[in-house]
Formats: sequence, C-alpha cells, structure tokens
Amino acid sequence: MKIQGWGRYTSIDAKVFSPSFDFECEGYLQSSPLICRGFGRSYGDSSLSQTVIETTKLDRFISFNQDTGLLSCQAGVSMNEILNLVVLRGWFLSVTPGSGYVTVGGAIASDVHGKNHHIRGSFSQHVISFDLLLGCGEIITVTPSRTPDLFKATCGGMGLTGIILSATLQLIPIKSSFISQRTLRANSLEEVCELFEANALSTYSVAWIDCLAKVRQMGRSLLMIGEHCVHGGLELVTRPKKNLPMDMPSWVLNPYSIKVFNFIYFQKSIFSNEKLDLPYLSYFYPLDAINNWNRMYGRNGFIQYQFVLPKAVGVRGLKIILKFISESNKGSFLAVLKVFGKGNENYLSFPIEGYSLALDFKMEPGIIDLVKRLDSMVEEMGGRIYLTKDSLMSEKTFKSTYAQWELFEEVRTKYGAIGKFTSNQSKRLGLQ
Amino acid sequence: MKKILIVGATSAIAENSARIWAKAGCRFFLVGRSWERLDAVAKDLIVRGAVGVDTFSMDLTQFDQQETMLNKAYTFLGEIDVALIAHGTLSNQIACESSPQLTLQEINVNALSVISLLTLLANRFEKRMSGLIAVISSVAGDRGRQSNYVYGSSKAMVSAFTSGLRQRLAKSNVHVLTIKPGFVDTPMTKDFNKGPLWTKPHTVASQIVKACNSKGGTLYAPRFWWAIMTIIKLIPEAIFIKLKL
Repeated sequence: MKIQGWGRYTSIDAKVFSPSFDFECEGYLQSSPLICRGFGRSYGDSSLSQTVIETTKLDRFISFNQDTGLLSCQAGVSMNEILNLVVLRGWFLSVTPGSGYVTVGGAIASDVHGKNHHIRGSFSQHVISFDLLLGCGEIITVTPSRTPDLFKATCGGMGLTGIILSATLQLIPIKSSFISQRTLRANSLEEVCELFEANALSTYSVAWIDCLAKVRQMGRSLLMIGEHCVHGGLELVTRPKKNLPMDMPSWVLNPYSIKVFNFIYFQKSIFSNEKLDLPYLSYFYPLDAINNWNRMYGRNGFIQYQFVLPKAVGVRGLKIILKFISESNKGSFLAVLKVFGKGNENYLSFPIEGYSLALDFKMEPGIIDLVKRLDSMVEEMGGRIYLTKDSLMSEKTFKSTYAQWELFEEVRTKYGAIGKFTSNQSKRLGLQ
Repeated sequence: MKKILIVGATSAIAENSARIWAKAGCRFFLVGRSWERLDAVAKDLIVRGAVGVDTFSMDLTQFDQQETMLNKAYTFLGEIDVALIAHGTLSNQIACESSPQLTLQEINVNALSVISLLTLLANRFEKRMSGLIAVISSVAGDRGRQSNYVYGSSKAMVSAFTSGLRQRLAKSNVHVLTIKPGFVDTPMTKDFNKGPLWTKPHTVASQIVKACNSKGGTLYAPRFWWAIMTIIKLIPEAIFIKLKL
C-alpha cells in the first residue's frame, strides 16, 4: 500500500497493519523494523517505513475522571475525539497542535506544541504516564519519575523507542467552548516580537507573517491572542466539511496569487485590536475545515519547514532568514511565527526558548537547494528543525542541532529498540 | 434509558453503534468471544456515557449456553429494549469449496447460531409486547454469487428468518430490523482492496441506530445498496451465470 507524509513529497510502498486491539501489536514485532502511524499528519518521512502499524483503530477511551480531569485512552484516539468527549464536560486539552487529526500516540512521539507553548510547554509535559510496547514484546508503563530515561526518549522520539499503546493525560478545566481572539497588527518583525513580549501572559499567541512583503514592509504580521472565554457556554460546534477532491493544478499558487491572498488577508485585518469570539474548532484547527487541504499544492506536494532560533539570536536571525526567503521568491502560503517558552528535558523535543517560524514551500525545482541553505543558516545560528515536519535534513545537521541524540540512542539500545523501530527519517538522520 | 443487548459486540459495526447509544446514556450487556476485547469496549462505552455495562464471553455456537447468557443479560438489564445481533465471520469461499466441514462450520456460525438465539429472544420479546430485535444480515444474502455463496446463503437464511419473524412479532408490537450492510471497511474485510463503494463502520452504525428508533423492516446500509441489489436480483439467470460477480 502506498503511503505518504502529509506534505506528499515522499512516499513508500509499505506493508500496513491496522490493529483493532492493542494486544494484536505484539505479533507485528516480527515484521520489524517498523514504525507507527496515526492519521499521517507528520509532513515528511517520519511515519514511512517498510512495515507500518496504523493505530487509528486503537481509538478507545479507558477512563475519565470528571473531578480531576485525568483521561486515559488508547494511542489512536485523536485530539478531535478527546475534545468531542470532554468539552461538554468542561475540560480541554492542556496542549493541542494545529490539527485535530493528530493521535495521542503521535502527539507524544512528536512532543507537539501549541499556541500556548510559552505558558504550558509541550504535550508531554501533561502526560502522566503511557504504556509502551518494547521491541522484546514487554509492555512497560512509563512515567517521568519511574523510568525517566524512557520517558525522555519516547516523548519527541518519533516512535523510535517502541509502540505507544495508551496514555494518561492531564486536562485543563474550561468554562466555555469559545476562544476570545484579539488580532493585533504589526508592521515589522521587531514590532511583532515586542507584541509577543507584551502579551506574554496571554494563554495563546501566534502570528502570521507575510513573507513576500519586501524591504520596508518585511515582517508585516498579524498577532492573534487567545483566551478561553468564560461566557458562551459549553457546546460542540460541527462545521460543514469542505473537501479538496483532487490535486489543485500546481500553477494556481504562484508568487502573484499568494501576494494577492496575503494582501487581502492583511488588509482585512487592518483594524488593529479586532476582537472576536470563536468556537474552539475554528480557533485551533482552521485548516481542518477543508479535507485534504494538502492537495492545494498540486501533485508534487510541498515541504513544511519549521525551525526555531534561540532567543539570543532572536529578531536579527529571523530577519536574515526571512530576507533570504523573500528574495528567493518561492512564496510561502503560510508563515507562522510563535515565541516558545523554555524547552523541556526530552532528548529530541523540538522547542527551545526562542522564535519558531513555520513555512510551506510548494515542491518545485530549486526548493531542495533552498531548504539546504536554510538548514545551514539555522544550524549556524544555533537553532534546529522540527523533526515532525522535516524530510530533507542531513545527518550532520541533525546530530549537531539535536545534541542529545547519543543519549537517545543509548536509551534505544538499552530497551531493545535498535533495528526494531526505524523510519525513512531515522535512517536518513543516521539513527540505528 | 435504553437497555441494550449486543451479541458480537466487538465487531466494528456493533461497537460503533454502541458508541452512539452510549452518548445518550444507555445500559449495555455485551456478548462476544474474547473477554479481553469485551473489556476494552466496555471501558470505552462507560467513558462515553454508558450508564452501566456488563460483559459475557462465549462462543455463540455453544447453543446450550445461549439460554444461560440470556438469563444473565435479563438479570443485569431488567428488560431489553434493543437486541442487536452482530456476530459472524467472513467465510473463505475457496477453502469452503473443498471442505464440507468448513462450509457447515461457517453456516453454523453465520446462520444457525443466529437462528437459535433469535428463537429464544423472540419468545421473551413476544411476552413483553415491546422492543426491537436488529440483526445484521448482508447484501450478500440477496442472491447467491460464486465469489461468496457460503457466506451469502447463511445470510439469506438470516434474512428470510427475520422476515418471517417480523410478520409474526408485529402482532405483539415487537419490531424486527434486518440490516444489510454493503462493503464496510472493518477488520473482517481487511484483505480487500477498497473502492468507491466502501463505507466506514461509523456511517453504517449511525444508520443502524437511527433505524432502531423506527418500526423495523429492512435497512440497506448505505441505502444505495438497495438499488444495486435490486438490479443484481433482476439479472436473468442465463446472463447471471456468465457474470464474474
């Protein structure tokens, strides 16, 4: 069966197993090396391998404590499913990524972050424990205190330590299913970074940057601040699903059409301080409203590029990179800026304190070279690239930017993961 | 609060139906072969809102245990408002063709065990004068085809039996629903290549749950299968025997 990452740039003909019950997983270990995959939302090749275990049918809840907000569920339960269950009961995910089609197993393996990283850190920081099926067939309940090495290796470990079967998460209480959003306009990178600082106590914050705006307008951006409402009540909003039924012809998105889009988008929000109450779906998962939105970039797919620069390099570094992208004219449709809080101790978790930028590049001639150039710029500035989105990084860049990779490999060796769990990405990055 | 008995409760269609019912706060008695699977399903239903769940693991072809199971179900549920019979296996047609034993075994699971259970259930429902019995048959039972006639003929028996039962129990205000799913993407059909006619189990489940609020009858799920099967049934035999269906 042919499977692809969400960016649709790489694919593999894999043997795919789709267990309905977790005890079936042990049997698949014989077909290793293998890797787990949920809804296939990681962009590159991290969920591609000769043998793939698709976990989406492991979608059962195990327990939920209405008083404490502790939720246990199998690894294939998605963010959407969790919210469908708990929002009406006054609870919410502590951390959610930008798509509801991410499974709990995937969220742990990628140690995903959200718009509240500066306040609550990454997903794994709200994981109380999880059950991990090791390469030898043993199942271990992993907690940060009892098995710290395995916890730190598995959270952010891209599925390379074992098969996550189930997890217990701490949720946060909410009074309303709405998010009150305020949009602030900034005309430069300095300005938007200052706005981030000024709003550091806001729960959610993220900015859209217009990458194609040149020189004087560089850094033109909209900062969106969000808080859980206290009014509006608890309700589930269903929204009509739109579908992109086929690949969009690849000429539709070109530097001119994107400029027009960005112009309209940024003019629309010309009134600073625009305030709006949004259902949580629209606030957190805007792109989920269109099924298969990844077809927008045409048959050849796209690359999503997300990097983080340490705070010290800050605005200056961002400027150099943005200028480089802007001059390349390989327009990015989405450019998302987020200020990260402190990183955690996990060996391969992406966030470090600083500035993170995410961009899309439609796959076309020249993009690979562009990305390679970006990689070396990010590496030089002491930053790193998000493994969940990566499909091109070199082994050298990986090993110099993820300094704890050797500790990661030690833990994998200790728990029998070597040779059992591999992905195309792990091979490319020189992991055993 | 509805009281629901589900036999074959760990099958994808049955489990998805139960999830919808659970949201409304129902009470369940789940029957299946593996206690391990039943346990996982039961816990999930409780989290989703089920008021109470009990499970019973058995092999449905152990006919003498069916009565015991029903006694336990009635003890736990009090009364049964909806009984969903969903157990079965997808027979390996090729293997059946060279083995009378396997053929009979498939018919035993897919037809006889259902009919035995329905006989017991019908009398209890008839006495109470209310409730609905839903049985998962298949579009495969509408006309025997060379690709799966062992499975198909078992389901044909279930369809004919439930049709008769529907007539008999109508007088007692008991509804019988014959469910005929088309191609559904479940573990049972994991080896098939999936085309545009395939449906997800939760889609079929929501149609079943809706139909269980009605007065029974026959449900093709999804409904377009009614048209497909009508055409297949109308094909003259002389042409039909030449087809590769």
